[in-house]
Amino acid sequence: MTNKIEVSNLDFFYGKAQALFDITLEVPERQVVAFIGPSGCGKSTFLRTLNRMNDTIPIARAQGVVTIDGKNIYAPGTDVVALRRKVGMVFQKSNPFPKSIFENVAYGIRINKIHSSKADLTERVEKALHDAALWDEVKDRLNMSAFGLSGGQQQRLCIARALAVQPEVILMDEPASALDPIATQKIEELVVGLKRDYTIVIVTHNMQQASRVSDKTAFFMLGKLVEYNSTQKIFTNPEQKLTEDYVTGRFG
Amino acid sequence: MIDQRRIVNAIMTVTTAACAFAVVALLLLILGYISYQGISSISWQFLVETPKPVGEGGGIGNAIVGSLILLGLASAVGIPVGIAVGTYLSELGSGWFGKTVRFVADTMIGVPSIVFGVFVYGLVVVRQGYFSTLAGSLALALIMIPIVSRTTEEMIRLVPDTMREGALALGAPRWRVTLDIVLPAAMAGIATGAMLAIARVLGETAPLLFTAFGSRFYNIYLDEPMASLTVQIYHYAISPFEEWHAKAWAATLVLITLILGINILVRIVTRRRY
Amino acid sequence: MAAKPSKILTGDNVFSTVLMLCAASVLLIAVSMVIVMTESSWLSIREFGLGFLVGQVWDPVKGEFGALPFIWGTIMSSLLALVIAVPLSIAVAVFLVEQAPKSVARPLGFLVELLAAIPSVVYGLWAIFVLAPILRVHVQPALQAVLGWLPFFQGTITGIGMLTGGVVLAIMITPIITAVTRDVLEAVPVTQREASLALGATKWETTRIVLSNASSGIAGAVILGLGRAIGETMAVTMVIGNRPQISVSLFDPAYSIASVIANEYTEATGDLYLSALTEMGLILFIVTFGVTALAKLLIMSVANRNTPRH
Repeated sequence: MTNKIEVSNLDFFYGKAQALFDITLEVPERQVVAFIGPSGCGKSTFLRTLNRMNDTIPIARAQGVVTIDGKNIYAPGTDVVALRRKVGMVFQKSNPFPKSIFENVAYGIRINKIHSSKADLTERVEKALHDAALWDEVKDRLNMSAFGLSGGQQQRLCIARALAVQPEVILMDEPASALDPIATQKIEELVVGLKRDYTIVIVTHNMQQASRVSDKTAFFMLGKLVEYNSTQKIFTNPEQKLTEDYVTGRFG
Repeated sequence: MIDQRRIVNAIMTVTTAACAFAVVALLLLILGYISYQGISSISWQFLVETPKPVGEGGGIGNAIVGSLILLGLASAVGIPVGIAVGTYLSELGSGWFGKTVRFVADTMIGVPSIVFGVFVYGLVVVRQGYFSTLAGSLALALIMIPIVSRTTEEMIRLVPDTMREGALALGAPRWRVTLDIVLPAAMAGIATGAMLAIARVLGETAPLLFTAFGSRFYNIYLDEPMASLTVQIYHYAISPFEEWHAKAWAATLVLITLILGINILVRIVTRRRY
Repeated sequence: MAAKPSKILTGDNVFSTVLMLCAASVLLIAVSMVIVMTESSWLSIREFGLGFLVGQVWDPVKGEFGALPFIWGTIMSSLLALVIAVPLSIAVAVFLVEQAPKSVARPLGFLVELLAAIPSVVYGLWAIFVLAPILRVHVQPALQAVLGWLPFFQGTITGIGMLTGGVVLAIMITPIITAVTRDVLEAVPVTQREASLALGATKWETTRIVLSNASSGIAGAVILGLGRAIGETMAVTMVIGNRPQISVSLFDPAYSIASVIANEYTEATGDLYLSALTEMGLILFIVTFGVTALAKLLIMSVANRNTPRH
């Protein structure tokens, strides 16, 4: 199996404070990798280094190598915009744009000029909504504001929006943390289904969720990668004592 | 002891309430008096005619048109520039340059409007040798820029960062994020700020006195003096003629209706949204 | 790697440059205001120097120009306005923030704000025909009867003069001081009020603690009001009497810097006359800019103090 993402010796700083220490890990293609750990352990920060989202914070600084398809995304001259098109992201809180449902999904297509015609655009939007399992719920109100959707629908809209630009990797930052159990289940089913076409990295504080959706799991603590193994091994027979304590709920 | 403290408490509560209601009562008295004095002189002729000598009637038609032209030109410059400055301050202005601009803009809001008139007089009127619509509009635009920029900045800051990140994560460059997502999201607030700025300069007199100057005729030329409601009110008010005083009240009623109308409208619209 | 020069004209660079130029225009305006007004008043500055500020004679015919009567009129009318407006505004702000229920505070607060939306010229009109007669008939005789032994309340009662100017200014700056004081009071954390109330303090005693905590911000609000009063033009011009004299009586006519500019600018014959008036404008600009900057710094200090650091 080829590795889609390879991270080696990554350090990360907010100003003088170091948030990540010497992280090395690889993400295999078309698999789901979950990042777990107590809050503040750096899992979200690490996720955001993978599409250079941390660039928006002026004092943030990354050191080390992150390659996607063998190319170091921190090399000078890297086109961050192209990188982010290739590496989509879904956020903790759904963040639809103040536009219609259709335009929310169409935005990324338009901005990256992916479509060949208006009909093609419509088709792509429709496909993305299908892939995000949202189509049946919104097909009659595509021109209505995205803010009218429920929380779970908004989150799936954000997934559709990310899918529409045809990324190869999707980063998900606790995508179901603000949702009720039924909406959460829908998102989880979606993640498992998307694995066929996408490489997915998902941050979660919910260990059951990690065990349900992921192939591999990385456990972080205090900015360090404690253990990275197959999900089954992490949850049944971890190598590290710390991991065991965490997944069995002895702290956290 | 306890009783004395309670009494002081009660007295202070009543006093502050009395002050608040007194101030509001003053507002209502002023507005009521304007309506009472103004309504009787308002007629169709008054609204469309130009000023005439005492005893011959006349109105404020050219002044209304003049105010609208001055305001339109001032807004055409002041609002876009103000929005651009505000956008810069909120999206890019975290460094020393942004801080300086923010502080200066903030402070310019406190500079008396008549000073802008003096400035534009020296900058434009002296050089051209005549009063003009253009000079008046420029003075008003300069007053608008800092006001619009500060409200724009505050409104843009209300747009959550997650929305910006959502667009960035799709591969949108920063400028597209600002134009496509951030500004539309803040548009209602920005429009509110712009409307309030318009209402503010609609009531300005001092910066027009020696820029647009005033005129007794309908005029559409930018290089000629231009009438305005406020300057016309001033001239009517300080005249010794009772007939003109009545016109001052009527013109004031028109002006106040426009200004308070904008203020109240803006309040209602924003109330419904939040 | 792509050649560097092609990267300069990216959308981001163009966009941020355009915005930055717009932002720079604010600084450009401020700087050119100083330059243009200094240039236009150079004749007067060279002729009178610093003596301009203390010269007591304003005689366009003789070409003698001293600013002191106007500075006096401006300072006195502004101080008078503060004496009336400050306690009133603080009381209103306290009522709106600390005492009134939300359902009352909201509409009331909005109405107070509307007072600030009324144009200066409208206040002037109202002051000529309503305020001045009331003061002349009811207030000034009463003041003279009771406090007539003070120099402030001697002289002929006309209704037009320093007192009327100060009162109308007070009405005009009340909404501004109230609004800023409200913001400052609201910035004081609720926990402080709860701590005080939990100790058995009455509402008023709690309010006093809040007020003392917010004092530098309130000082900022007052100074902001002062800045506004100093530069207020039309309403003052219409009722202050427009006579360049220095008199301690509040009943006497006076003149302010802004008023003399408004009244005489278009009629100024001769370069020196116009130059002297422009110098007044320059003084007004520098003073109000400084006063407002000071107020902003004070208000910012309260906001910062009450923002917890992470």
